[in-house]
Amino acid sequence: MKSICFYFQVHQPFRLRKYRFFDIGKEHNYYDGYQNEYIMKRVAEKCYLPMNKLLLDLINEYGSQFKVSFSISGTALDQFEMYTPEVLDSFKNLADTGNVEFLAETYPHALSSLKSKMEFSKQVKEHKAKIKKQFGYNSKTFRNTELIYSDEIGEMVADLGFNTMLTEGAKHILGWKSPNYVYTNAINPKLKLLLKNFRLSDDIAFRFSERSWEDWPLTTDKFVNWLNQVNEEEQVINLFMDYETFGEHQWEETGIFDFMKALPQAVFKNSDYTFNTPAEVTKMHQPIAKLHVPYPISWADEERDLTAWLGNELQDEAFDKLYQLEGKIKKCKDKSILTDWKYLQTSDHFYYMCTKWFSDGDVHKYFNPYGSPYDAFINYMNVLSDFEIRVDDC
Amino acid sequence: MKVLMFGWEFPPHITGGLGTASYGLVKGLLKHNIDVTFVVPKAYGDEDKDIRLVNASDVPLNIFDKQFAEYQKHLSYIEINSKLIPYQTPEEYYDLINQKESGTKEIGQNKIYSEKYEFSGKYGSNIMEEVRRYAMLAQEIAKNNDFDIIHAHDWLAYEAGIQAKKISNAPLVVHMHATEYDRSGENVNKVVYDIEKRGMDAADLVVAVSNLTRNIVIDKYGINPEKVVVLHNAVEPIDSMAFAGENKTVKEKIVTFLGRVTFQKGPEYFVEAAYKVLQKDKNVRFVMAGSGDMLNKTIKRVAQLGIANRFHFTGFLKGEDVDKMFALSDVYVMPSVSEPFGISPLEAMRSNVPVIISKQSGVSEILNFALKADFWDIDAMADYIYGLLKYDGISKMFKKHGKTEVDNLKWENAAKKLVGYYEKLV
Repeated sequence: MKSICFYFQVHQPFRLRKYRFFDIGKEHNYYDGYQNEYIMKRVAEKCYLPMNKLLLDLINEYGSQFKVSFSISGTALDQFEMYTPEVLDSFKNLADTGNVEFLAETYPHALSSLKSKMEFSKQVKEHKAKIKKQFGYNSKTFRNTELIYSDEIGEMVADLGFNTMLTEGAKHILGWKSPNYVYTNAINPKLKLLLKNFRLSDDIAFRFSERSWEDWPLTTDKFVNWLNQVNEEEQVINLFMDYETFGEHQWEETGIFDFMKALPQAVFKNSDYTFNTPAEVTKMHQPIAKLHVPYPISWADEERDLTAWLGNELQDEAFDKLYQLEGKIKKCKDKSILTDWKYLQTSDHFYYMCTKWFSDGDVHKYFNPYGSPYDAFINYMNVLSDFEIRVDDC
Repeated sequence: MKVLMFGWEFPPHITGGLGTASYGLVKGLLKHNIDVTFVVPKAYGDEDKDIRLVNASDVPLNIFDKQFAEYQKHLSYIEINSKLIPYQTPEEYYDLINQKESGTKEIGQNKIYSEKYEFSGKYGSNIMEEVRRYAMLAQEIAKNNDFDIIHAHDWLAYEAGIQAKKISNAPLVVHMHATEYDRSGENVNKVVYDIEKRGMDAADLVVAVSNLTRNIVIDKYGINPEKVVVLHNAVEPIDSMAFAGENKTVKEKIVTFLGRVTFQKGPEYFVEAAYKVLQKDKNVRFVMAGSGDMLNKTIKRVAQLGIANRFHFTGFLKGEDVDKMFALSDVYVMPSVSEPFGISPLEAMRSNVPVIISKQSGVSEILNFALKADFWDIDAMADYIYGLLKYDGISKMFKKHGKTEVDNLKWENAAKKLVGYYEKLV
């Protein structure tokens, strides 16, 4: 029996307000409450609420045959509580069905795995506790920010007690190998790896409404037909995508909801796939090999590397200056400082500083509150300068 | 292909971007084997010898010619208000004011329309007469030269271009380096506007130095968009290390404004932004290098804000002093209210100085490694200055990529594009 494994990423950052240098030392509220609330409410209305309802209906209809998994960042959960508690309730309803797996990640959707094992562990534990508290779910599967993964990160994750981790089926790592098997970490084989099938995932997430695509329009029959063309022995198709695909990246008018609504039936009728969660998949299928990933990979852009967040002069300076504060933070007990410390680590702040997009920046402009990467950098550094003063005084 | 070009100034005798741009373009065209004859009202003899320069002052005018009489009829005598003269250097401005006050200088109509006349080639109060004489001589020059295309730079040379076209029937290209709206805001000089419009109407192709300028040409002058194309300026690479040894005598970082201190360049926004930065950090020095009709007002404002010990005026700089100033600068700001192109940020960048430029400049259309703010947004400008001084990331990035970006803006490439337009015309 082959598996389809859906994982949806739910994340919203705390976007920063326009913070000028003359605010340094005076103003300590860093966030753009108005914009964060506006975006959260809009996405709730267009995506989270209708899609959660759609999934709940499917689960009610098909019972344990239909399952999905979510990773919801801590910053998204915090904003649900602040702005749209009804979204949180609808996720709880999904949790109550028992057909949904909730994955663990770093609480603020951070890049800490690349910098500090201690900070990383702390954030993962905090997120795990939050998921337990909100959904009564004990996460055994981990997915790192933007599917960032390397052998060493996998080892850290295994040490934290997880037995399954999700990452990208990056071509430059896999070579001739297929992403449709279970693999293991190269250092600690107890950690099993599920790899995103980027072709089939992106058919839904990116190409669904692209009229210039030769396979447009994508129907469930067509999609199931592709699933059936997968090699006999292969075990699992991992469909990993942003949850905002549904209703936000792909508008309702594109038919994306109808597609998802009809997919389970088409799968049951015309294939021998089942829907499974990551934890189930790694129990059902034996790993076939170790996967060697000496340098970090991610699910971003063509390069599948870290260059969307780190590597240019702006990103590197901001990242280094931020983590220079880690030592002092450990001694600090001030609650508001510790909250800001979390929120300032969210990867989106560094994504906004990316300069790869001078030519074609469309994907990165999405939800980007800044006119340029320089604005993102200066604004962030102004905030960080104020934060540093507070940390020093703590 | 042979091109007959009419300009008004040519290096080294220049007052602004027009001469520099004309020169760069001609050099670029030569690389593509275009044969250019460049006409200026006055040549000094020390110009680049690689370029065939025609000195209009050497060309005799037949004042009894029928066509001349005909032309005279169409132009009435125009009294020029000194303030409306474009491109004037501050020195000339002051000279002119002084002359007016003492009332010593008379512009003789007879003299300017005599057979021989030495053009000033400047932007003095007799500029309209010079423009007219230049146009008449253009006919003579067109008769005696062989060419396929006429190309006129800015309004001062448009009449010349039109006359040359009349004689030869060759296609006319007019090049808008600046419009009257850029120079004067909404208070345009109708005479200059009319000449600009007449030139563009008569032209087969209008070349604008930016999309910004192209839009003005279409919206404000009503020129058919189909014949207006954009050709961004370029800059010649220099050895950025030439002035690297220049010693700073102050320990503070230096933020520089370099340009004419006039309405168009937005000096007051620079002062207000400086004030904001200095309130937070006293360890910065601001320099205003340039002169112009808003200088006194600007000095007064600086004194009023109480920042004169951190805000300095150098007066007008040129040649090597400009490069030296860049070598001393940590940030360059161009807050222009309206800048058709704006070559000076490119000069700063090739000296590795990070730049902040106004969004109301043509050059902002082609630069990635520059900070861009609305000219009126002094908060943003101050924030950029502070950010560049305090956080190394951007300066590092600009130093790494900015010079490359500028060095790739070669005149050779701009000229190649222009050759493509020429070919469509002939």
